Amino acid sequence: MAEAMKMRATMEGNIVDVKVLIQHVMETGLRKDAKTEKLIPAHFINQVVATLNGKTVLDAQWGGGIAKNPFLGFKIKGGKPGDKVGVNAADNLGNKYDGEVVVA
Amino acid sequence: MNQLRRSFLKNAGAVGTVAVAIVAGLLKPVAAFAAAWNSLAFAAKDPSEAIKNAGYDGAAQSNDIVIKAPDIAENGAVVPVSATSNIPGTTSMAFFVEKNPTPMIASFEFSNGAEPFISTRVKMAKTSVVRVTVKAGGKNYTNSREVKVTIGGCGG
Repeated sequence: MAEAMKMRATMEGNIVDVKVLIQHVMETGLRKDAKTEKLIPAHFINQVVATLNGKTVLDAQWGGGIAKNPFLGFKIKGGKPGDKVGVNAADNLGNKYDGEVVVA
Repeated sequence: MNQLRRSFLKNAGAVGTVAVAIVAGLLKPVAAFAAAWNSLAFAAKDPSEAIKNAGYDGAAQSNDIVIKAPDIAENGAVVPVSATSNIPGTTSMAFFVEKNPTPMIASFEFSNGAEPFISTRVKMAKTSVVRVTVKAGGKNYTNSREVKVTIGGCGG
């Protein structure tokens, strides 16, 4: 699943600026298929945890209201170039998405 | 928060425990997620019910929460929204689009140096108030901003 997540972490002064893109359909379960008129089953990332050098910095719960191919930006104080930022995500069907990037 | 972090770091035993927890977390990623998914808040159709179920009941209006979003969104399927809390001691933040069929978008808990800032992209079914709530020092605060939507983003 390596290609499903793209990450970038750069220093902004003494703060690590992290940007994450995950490829995902983010189906709410409320949308109908145009042809069959049946509801498209819910399929969305619902849990996301970010770490700096293995320590949790962000613990998130998402709903289907996050746009398709989710973007997440966050900032961490106290990081430095060479530190590792990791992101673990899971969707409502149990699929896992992981990414890691070295702070530049 | 810094005080907490320092005493935490000093405690070598605690650090060891965390390392073990992380290793366990890597083997079983689901175990790393702190809390069960708040299905009650995410399923709520009424914005005030969603906010209450998410734990942000009785939030006080605060302009120290700065929300960035377009005044007019051409495409409701992808609306960039970011928020910064300038309230000292902010520990968590949640996003709601009040006119969506299910208003709760997401919640975030900050720890170990994470800044009270989140940038993301949300879906908006129609023109609506975008509400951000935060927890700081055991109290709840909120601010909001209207985004006009010309094409809705929830389809069907």
